[in-house]
Amino acid sequence: MNPFQYVRATKAKAAIDARAGDATSQFIAGGTNLLDLMKRGVMTPQRLIDINKLPFDKIERQSNGLRIGALALNSTTAEDKQVLERAPLLAQALNAGASAQLRNMATVGGNMLQRTRCSYFYDPAMPCNKREPGSGCGALEGYNRMHAIFGFSDKCIAVHPSDMSVALVALDAAVLVSGPKGERRLAFGDLHRLPGDEPQRDTNLEAGELITAVEVPDSPFTKHVHYLKVRERASYAFALVSVAAALSLDGNTIKDARLAMGGVAHKPWRLTEAEKSLIGKPATEATFQEAARVAMQGAKAFKHNQYKLKLAPNAIVQALKNAAAVS
Amino acid sequence: MNNIAALQDGKAVGDRMSRVDGRLKVTGGAKYSAEYELPGLVHSALVGSTIAKGRITSIDTKAAERAPGVLAVITHLNSPKVPGFAAKSNPDEPPAIGQPLRVFHDEKIYFNDQPVAIVVADTLERARHAARLVKVQYVAEQHQTNFEANKSKGFLPTQAKRNPKSAQNDYTRGQADGYQAAPVKLEAEYVHESEMHNPMELQSIIAHWEAADQLTVYDKVQAVKGTQRAFAKDWGLPEQNVKVIATFVGGAFGNGLHNWPHETAAIIAAKVTGKPVKLMLTREQMFTMVGYRPKTWQRIQMGATKDGKLVGITHESVGQTSTYEEFTESTVQQTRMMYAAPNVSTRYRILGLDVSTPIWMRGPGEATGAFALESAIDEMAHLVGLDPLEFRLRNYTDSDPEKNKPWSTKYLKECFQAGAERIGWSKRQLQPGQLREGDWLIGYGMGVGTFGANRGTAKARAALLADGSVLLQSATTDIGPGTGTAMVQIASDALGLPTDKIRFELGNSLFPQAPSQGGSSTVNTVGSAVNDACLALKKKLQELGGAAFANVQPEQLTLSGGQLGLKANGGPRMSFADLRKANNGQDVEVTTESKPSGDARQNYSMYSFSVHFAEVRVHAMTGEVRVTKMVSCADAGTIVNQKTAGSQMIGGAIGGIGMALHEGAVMDDRFGRYVTKDLADYHVPVHADAPPVEVYFVNKPDPLVDALGTKGIGEIAIIGVAPAITNAIFNATGKRIRELPVTPDKVLLA
Repeated sequence: MNPFQYVRATKAKAAIDARAGDATSQFIAGGTNLLDLMKRGVMTPQRLIDINKLPFDKIERQSNGLRIGALALNSTTAEDKQVLERAPLLAQALNAGASAQLRNMATVGGNMLQRTRCSYFYDPAMPCNKREPGSGCGALEGYNRMHAIFGFSDKCIAVHPSDMSVALVALDAAVLVSGPKGERRLAFGDLHRLPGDEPQRDTNLEAGELITAVEVPDSPFTKHVHYLKVRERASYAFALVSVAAALSLDGNTIKDARLAMGGVAHKPWRLTEAEKSLIGKPATEATFQEAARVAMQGAKAFKHNQYKLKLAPNAIVQALKNAAAVS
Repeated sequence: MNNIAALQDGKAVGDRMSRVDGRLKVTGGAKYSAEYELPGLVHSALVGSTIAKGRITSIDTKAAERAPGVLAVITHLNSPKVPGFAAKSNPDEPPAIGQPLRVFHDEKIYFNDQPVAIVVADTLERARHAARLVKVQYVAEQHQTNFEANKSKGFLPTQAKRNPKSAQNDYTRGQADGYQAAPVKLEAEYVHESEMHNPMELQSIIAHWEAADQLTVYDKVQAVKGTQRAFAKDWGLPEQNVKVIATFVGGAFGNGLHNWPHETAAIIAAKVTGKPVKLMLTREQMFTMVGYRPKTWQRIQMGATKDGKLVGITHESVGQTSTYEEFTESTVQQTRMMYAAPNVSTRYRILGLDVSTPIWMRGPGEATGAFALESAIDEMAHLVGLDPLEFRLRNYTDSDPEKNKPWSTKYLKECFQAGAERIGWSKRQLQPGQLREGDWLIGYGMGVGTFGANRGTAKARAALLADGSVLLQSATTDIGPGTGTAMVQIASDALGLPTDKIRFELGNSLFPQAPSQGGSSTVNTVGSAVNDACLALKKKLQELGGAAFANVQPEQLTLSGGQLGLKANGGPRMSFADLRKANNGQDVEVTTESKPSGDARQNYSMYSFSVHFAEVRVHAMTGEVRVTKMVSCADAGTIVNQKTAGSQMIGGAIGGIGMALHEGAVMDDRFGRYVTKDLADYHVPVHADAPPVEVYFVNKPDPLVDALGTKGIGEIAIIGVAPAITNAIFNATGKRIRELPVTPDKVLLA
């Protein structure tokens, strides 16, 4: 990797000012993704601002939900009693990600900011508009088995790799951000971007903005939830497709539903139309099939990811069945 | 205490002895190639080409040379020429059978990520950073990396053209393509992608010129003597001037059976800087320049009678190689000898592409061939409506139909029976898709493996030391199977000395000659040498004892418990330490050479056999495949150590799961560059993918292979595993997927 300076921030403001004043700097928390990218020469920050000492690691109960500090570890969060009780879907999604060792290092804020795993992004000798704007998209006409079926552009067809984020977008979470201009709150669905003409921008964060916490509102989705991750091996692999499914049931009738997919778009992909199609219906396979049909409207595949057009609806049905415990 | 108990039975061989180096390995005490701290040691990093074919037009090394800590930047423009490269110096015509890549020899590029420069610096980080600053300009030529597009250009290997007796030649028994006359016929094509060598230990070397003509390398290799010869030849040195150390090897699987470009790059860098240079490849570089199981296309055409007797098999294969070396392997061998088909034709071809050279990977060739053959056998069994085990029994052969010789031993039927019982074969349904648990479809499959019970020539030294212990030395390596442990057990029985009084040293080219560790032959070869050396040492000790005791003939003296004495109890006894005193205080020492018996090899056909049974679950909605149970059974002769041998079998089974379900390199042919270059994109099984693997050994000696009765385990542990799994997937789903790896997308779309 390139030589870089390292500073450890003890105050959030100092970290934000340092980052805002230096475009070549990067925050580092668990470093599970950034260090890989630096070793591969994909990212070459001149300065790392270590934010691990900032007081953002608490998981707290608030009047209307949970507030999870951005520096809470993935493993801590997944095992937290409040999280297990009030947002079990989030715990499931966290445990589906990476390996135990990585979850012990990775933070909640870092997880949502991890970058795509597109192989072309990772190899500086290949074209990639996300890594090097204007160099072209290697995956578009190349090996695109892992790539998007929704929301892509001709500049980028990469997908966002986080499992946790799929659960958070389904649960209507919000992200708390501190920046040079003060604090703001983003709906989780507004954090990540579609690639459009600027695939180099993963999120809507401004320079110097630091995620301090994520808020997960209380919801009725504490019982009938399932995070389904389809992958080639039993553990430690990115999703081919994943589904976060949550149902609120009255007997066998669906009162409310949440549905989101991972591995299909440049951002965690919320399926609001499919959710609507579920409400008021009986929790049966036929209902779930219809939701899957609605969810897949507008999907388009490339040469190597045609299978996702079949896998994604199957996974939606399966996740809903598991959530509802319909055999 | 274990050792003494074993000795009272007269046998350490067969004991479940723990590894002699196990503690060192789990406590970090075992020193691997990159871990030697030499005075003045410096670090290095390679710069790889970003085109697959063409030539370098310019290299700008200024920025790298100016970077902090950089000692040298070496390219073809300033590299000292390797003397051994000159002999075949026409870059446009790589010699027919090939020559390893001539590192920094000229401007030609033969594959993507070919080393074009090495940067030497005081720290690893500085070397790697400076390597990124080297700017290379190329003129690219049209490369050919697309296997399918070039498959018709496959050719008969040159060694077969030159030597009519080469096993790489076309083979026919009975009628050529005689399967055609059969009432039931099938034709199927099988493909697997290249599988990249990724043992846990990365390829690494420390090269140290101790004098202008004295080279020492600490190198991750499977052959210390072979490496010594190769580098001596490269540098025009007498062999004894090159020392190769590979005391511990962190997994190799064939990866260390060739000398790779980075090794020579490090040796050149050490020459230029005058310092010991360490070079450890990155994980990404493991995918591009240090060998792999080559992508292979195969076609099987098979004919059988309606009652399940094979009429004929035709097996064709095209395997990938590079343009500068002809790599070959025994892909079609199992088809020639496994079944009693009267008509068998095999045709083996290789295809040179603009890629780096492949190398053997565990169960080389045979594992590839068995995927096709054992899948086709399963397909034919289905066509004729027979259980695949019954179908194999109807075509079982009690002698080698290829060579028309009796087997030295073959206990495959016992393996069939043991495996079928243990996997619960009776639960298997003849028609696919019948067993289901929730959303998971359940299936059972089997696959047979075989590999030659090879034995080479090796030497071993045995010495009785002052403390009454015995030191053994031989220049083999231990890439993980537990070679040192097995040798100590063999020596213990031969000498009548407890195992904790015996030390076996390996991995050093100063030791007596032994071949590479490969081809499942180390126990047969080096074990025999150790056995012979110990017997020779024993004879010498008996002679010493015979002279010391009055009225005793040497042969009346036996060794047990570390003492020499009369067979009857109560007679005089001498400890080994006393024997050494009787030898004028000198170490009692012998070095012997052991060779296979020519007669036995002439008259018998010698193979190890295995059968693997798999139970799989396939998710009906997602296409995910999980192997839930495996049983691997082996007829591998005498099992020296059930524990380490069992570990080998389990490792092979898990490697086979990777071959069947996970592993496969992806090339982007537009760039001639691999897309999958790390362990996130290129999957191997993780713990959660490893099911319970039950191992069964027939454990009957084959006295014709060697005096110990061993036949070899390493390869048959994986050969036949992949088809066992894909056959089980068919049994579960009715889907026959003939392209490895079988990933969920293939299952869904099949």
